[in-house]
Amino acid sequence: MDAALIWEWIIKSVVILLVMTGGFAYVTLYERRVLARMQVRIGPNRVGWQGLLQPVADGIKLIFKEELTPVGADRLIFILAPVITVIPALIVTAVVPWGTEVNLFGRIVPLRLADINVAVLYILSVTSISVYGITLAGWSSNNKYAMLGGLRATAQMISYELALGMAFVGPILWTGSMSLGDIVSAQKNLWFVVIMPLGFIIYVIASLAEVNRSPFDMPEAEQELTAGYHTEYSGMKFALFFMAEYIKMIGVSMIGATLFLGGYQGPFVDAYPWLGPIYLFIKVALWLFFMIWVRATLPRFRYDRLMAFGWKVLLPLSLLYIVVTAVLRLLVGG
Amino acid sequence: MTEKTSNYRETNIDELRHLVTGRALTGETMLLNMGPQHPSTHGVLRLLLELDGEIVLNCIPDIGFLHTGVEKNMESKTYQKAEVMTDRLDYLNNVGNNFVYCMAVEKLVDLDVPERAQAVRVILAELTRISSHLLWIGTSALDLAAMSVFMYAMREREMILDIMEMCSGQRMMTTYIRPGGLWRDVPAEFDGAVRNFVNIFPRRLDEYESMLTKNALFLERTVGIGPISQEDCIRYGITGPVLRASGRAFDLRKIRPYSGYEKYDFTVPTQTAGDVYARYLVRVQEMRESIKIIDQAINKLPGGPIRSSNRKFVPPPRSEIGVSMEALIHHFKLWTEGFPAPAESVYVTAESPRGEIGVFLEGDGGPKPWRIHYRTPSLLNLQVMPLITRNHFVADLVGIIGSLDVILGDSDR
Repeated sequence: MDAALIWEWIIKSVVILLVMTGGFAYVTLYERRVLARMQVRIGPNRVGWQGLLQPVADGIKLIFKEELTPVGADRLIFILAPVITVIPALIVTAVVPWGTEVNLFGRIVPLRLADINVAVLYILSVTSISVYGITLAGWSSNNKYAMLGGLRATAQMISYELALGMAFVGPILWTGSMSLGDIVSAQKNLWFVVIMPLGFIIYVIASLAEVNRSPFDMPEAEQELTAGYHTEYSGMKFALFFMAEYIKMIGVSMIGATLFLGGYQGPFVDAYPWLGPIYLFIKVALWLFFMIWVRATLPRFRYDRLMAFGWKVLLPLSLLYIVVTAVLRLLVGG
Repeated sequence: MTEKTSNYRETNIDELRHLVTGRALTGETMLLNMGPQHPSTHGVLRLLLELDGEIVLNCIPDIGFLHTGVEKNMESKTYQKAEVMTDRLDYLNNVGNNFVYCMAVEKLVDLDVPERAQAVRVILAELTRISSHLLWIGTSALDLAAMSVFMYAMREREMILDIMEMCSGQRMMTTYIRPGGLWRDVPAEFDGAVRNFVNIFPRRLDEYESMLTKNALFLERTVGIGPISQEDCIRYGITGPVLRASGRAFDLRKIRPYSGYEKYDFTVPTQTAGDVYARYLVRVQEMRESIKIIDQAINKLPGGPIRSSNRKFVPPPRSEIGVSMEALIHHFKLWTEGFPAPAESVYVTAESPRGEIGVFLEGDGGPKPWRIHYRTPSLLNLQVMPLITRNHFVADLVGIIGSLDVILGDSDR
């Protein structure tokens, strides 16, 4: 292991962190603009050209906001909760390949941070951590609304992480590997969404629940619970929760695109490896658009119906999907 | 220290114990204070909830946060000036409030209203009904997190507010209907604007319906939620769409027609389920019926005066003041002293978007009312909250508040 390799890793980590945080900022703008268009509004377009500096203005505002800690809150956990939520969101995409290899200053650089052989397990375990942050935030705020939000988050995560995990099994079965790099390579000619559409649908639904997006935004249902688990958070601590949610949105879109939509694969990607990240970016942008579209259209699920849907519909369906995929794999010949 | 004698007495906590279950006192169930500052309590309604997990065991509505003393204030103003206060009661049904107040004054002093004024009143009242229902469809869909409908509804509500502005110069607090007729005649563009709205609106309504009526998630959140039986409605004095959703075709525009409603062909939509979804269907259908009424009224809009010519109660037009001494005197008397009304009492009702709105008006022979009382549908509809929210989820509670369509300005006064 030479020093250059370590530098390469550090640089790539920094790039990923910057892309994710920068992405977070611009996903908020993207969402506000798209949502506004869908709702016959214009959306923020005053700060900078077409509102492009709006996220910067928002960030500055949040930094200068007063940080309040409610009386009776568990101070340590209250401060720790946003951190626990945001870190898994930041590190989850480390295993997602952005492209093949490029020649940079005479050095072959693979466009991925870590191609580990348990990437799928890594994703599942890391995303599971962030729910602790939400639950602890709800509990430590000493606020009844926040606690209800935190409890809802727990129940929701347990119900949906199962289906989410099951959705991952299809690509693993087909490729015979848990490495996302192998999974993407296997989709060179045919995306997995064609082979296992059911798995794709389950992934889409479960991932919406995973990132607390509408119609599964129960933990922060503003109409019922004012703001749910982050009711008592203000300033940068609130921004961290916000950041976690949006980075997770990017994360699940990226992972979904990698698992089912061929990741960085696309025309001419072999000849021009730089196209890889661009294809991935386009797929993620479309996925995010879909999420925003759903938010603009659907009412929210009710908490108990959501659980029933998770356990009684999604879980059996995902089991069926695994069986079908396994049989198909055998027939095609592995 | 001297004790002030007052009838006011703090409520003892022991007197409220019966409102919650015994389990609340041991801490087994959670007491949650919802409102008055809460995004979904539509104004400043406060609900004290007893929750078992997320299930509402008891819901205790607490009103009075928007008490403005409008009724008392009106007693110190002349009959014309008191009308301005009525806009502020139910701020979504401002024209309806003016309308029923003016009818009460007209009944008290026995004043005639010309045909044209009656028809314009009907058009404006129905437009207000639609605008109120639009705000309702938007906010109650928003309560269930279907956020786009709200924006679409606002777009159409804007057209109605523009028509109001065109007539009266004001978008919400119009005070356009006056005792004896209207403030002034509708402008020339009025006809075109109303026809344009009548043409566009049914299609827009189809748009909302396509987003909600058959949406599986919307059905899941509304069907069977907060049901109320016809008997309970009658027991609690509930009127309007809530009553009609439980099966009783009670609509004052049909039963006791006023201002020429008997001339228009419309039906009273009803549903039998009495749940949130039924109330939704009734209100959507009501908007379609209102459009029918407006369409007929604008097509048959008669010409002629827009104010009664009884100069003892109705100020003369500006043009007369310059040429007629008598008109000048009437103008002066009416705007300084007001007109006297007999020492009698009248009660007039009308159909507001929320139900039966009634005005009890008592004169004392002078130019100011001795007593005014509004019988407002919001207050009566709100009473039923504890009954219909029991054993529902918090999330449904929000939908139920929305479906009752209470306006706190209307209930507190």
